[in-house]
Amino acid sequence: MNATWSRFNIVSITLGFAFLYLPIVLLVIFSFNESKLVTVWGGFSTKWYSALFRNQGLMDAAWVTFRVGLLSATIATILGTLAALALTRYTRFRGRVLFSGMVFAPLVMPEVITGLSLLLLFVAIGFDRGFMTVTLAHVTFAMCYVAVVVQSRLVSFDRSLEEAAMDLGATPVKTFFAVTLPVILPAVISGWMLAFTLSLDDLVIASFTSGPGATTLPMKIYSQVRLGVTPEINAACTILIGIVTLGVITVSVVNKRREVQRQRDEHAAQRG
Amino acid sequence: MNSLGSIRRSFAPWTDPSAKPYIEFRNVTKRFGDFTAVNDLSLSIYEREFFALLGASGCGKSTLLRMLAGFEEPTSGSILLDGQDLRGIPPYRRPVNMMFQSYALFPHMTVEQNIAFGLKQDGMAKVEIEQRVAEMLKLVKLSQFAKRKPHQLSGGQRQRVALARAVAKRPKVLLLDEPLGALDKKLREETQFELMDLQQKLGLTFVVVTHDQEEAMTMADRIAILDKGEVMQVATPAEVYEAPGSRFVAGFVGTVNIFEGKVSAREGVAATIMTDGGVIRSENASDATVGSDVAFAIRPEKIKVSSKEPAPGIDNAMQGEVYDIAYLGDMTVYHVKLPSGQVVRASALNAARVTEDPLTWDDTAWISFRPDAGVILTR
Repeated sequence: MNATWSRFNIVSITLGFAFLYLPIVLLVIFSFNESKLVTVWGGFSTKWYSALFRNQGLMDAAWVTFRVGLLSATIATILGTLAALALTRYTRFRGRVLFSGMVFAPLVMPEVITGLSLLLLFVAIGFDRGFMTVTLAHVTFAMCYVAVVVQSRLVSFDRSLEEAAMDLGATPVKTFFAVTLPVILPAVISGWMLAFTLSLDDLVIASFTSGPGATTLPMKIYSQVRLGVTPEINAACTILIGIVTLGVITVSVVNKRREVQRQRDEHAAQRG
Repeated sequence: MNSLGSIRRSFAPWTDPSAKPYIEFRNVTKRFGDFTAVNDLSLSIYEREFFALLGASGCGKSTLLRMLAGFEEPTSGSILLDGQDLRGIPPYRRPVNMMFQSYALFPHMTVEQNIAFGLKQDGMAKVEIEQRVAEMLKLVKLSQFAKRKPHQLSGGQRQRVALARAVAKRPKVLLLDEPLGALDKKLREETQFELMDLQQKLGLTFVVVTHDQEEAMTMADRIAILDKGEVMQVATPAEVYEAPGSRFVAGFVGTVNIFEGKVSAREGVAATIMTDGGVIRSENASDATVGSDVAFAIRPEKIKVSSKEPAPGIDNAMQGEVYDIAYLGDMTVYHVKLPSGQVVRASALNAARVTEDPLTWDDTAWISFRPDAGVILTR
């Protein structure tokens, strides 16, 4: 940790972070631009934020996105957790390798293909495209992410906890809710947040599967940008970035604190 | 402790042919795929007995325990508890509780909640649960830790929480899977006696799985020694040590010297065997027949080492040279090499601070033992 900072290290770190964050920093700065021209600095102002809240189209899209995210993340978390349980627990059933491959395939599947195939399915069964189809589509791809997160937790889960619960008289269902779920809850919540974030910023799959009245925020932004970037969009994106950053920081701070507390407790226990 | 001692001494239901076994394994076989963990095993355990299943890892002892708890079903055969066949009864309906090797304490619950968990499942009244939990905490001396979470406890404290949780429901049988395995040596010795005390106090039947022979010897009324899914011997600790039934048991429990040989003569319970090291006369010949290949087993502390030749005519004396000496404080272990090449271990208690008969490396030494000091093994 105490290695001296060589000039080479400083330069490479600066370049790397600039590469990652310069565009975002620019976007945030220009969201406070007084000028209507996106690329010309005309002084500080928050007027685009108030304009944003008055833009009914964007606000509607944001509301749709939020509802889609909430619902799809919740369904994806339930299904993904169940899939993860099945895959870690029933290691001997026939076709397990195929099944687990199929759960994880959407992780690497090009979004265009996922979107297109879902569109074809919805058309084939005559499902009117709209809020429900976007939600279902998001459940489909977010579920695998949840499954991955929860499964990695379940691998290190001590099965004897469940056996102990059953040994003490809890039925399997009761065991799940009283012991298994509380223990894996942090992973389930992470999975939910991941699913929610993925749903928030998905453009491709939403474009394929949404219909009239169910335009999500990324779709709305994308269509507006094609007509020219307005500082309003910058403001909308800044708020999104703010929400996501806040979420990530909260989760990591809470986790870190808990870890530190746990270690302190364990040291205290060792000393007696 | 005196009264407990006398109860223990007179406790031997397995010698009473009219006593009914409390737990019975009848021709139990358990296979996992191609692997046979338990092979056609029969075993009887009596009420209030402290019974140990002893064996190396993979001998099937844990599988036996898990079948009793209901986590595994036997492939064939049956397990009876108090006359009732346990087949098909799920773990949560069996009147047995288990203490897990990893303790399996619920990490998100306090000590109190952990102990109350089983009682809650029974739908016990809240007041009663509180009483029972307080009683259990007192029993394991953890009352001031009631509100702690498991990770805020030391290893020994966790072990006691696990124990309290397992006995809180007053099960008919308590199963203990390597109960002391995770504790350090000093704590382990203390806890052994605590466990025995607790078993007497609660009057429960304990079935403990262990790979530690010393632990089994200290705690158990009877020990079953298992190997490759089969019972090698079931006996009291003293019988297992002094009268092992086979070469395996003799070698597994404690240290032993084995002389391979052939029976040349038999009279009554005694037999004479010819070994590479010399002629051995033993008064514990069991079922050895003249001409059969047998082993003579003798414990190191029953062999006397001396620099002087024993009086002529005495049985079981052999000459060799001191090959190695290990001074352990309370005793000294001599390794004596016989002309046949066999190295015999003999231990001598250091009753005096200075020994009268000092022996050192490469000295010529005589080993001798009484005819009743060892046993002849036919298996």
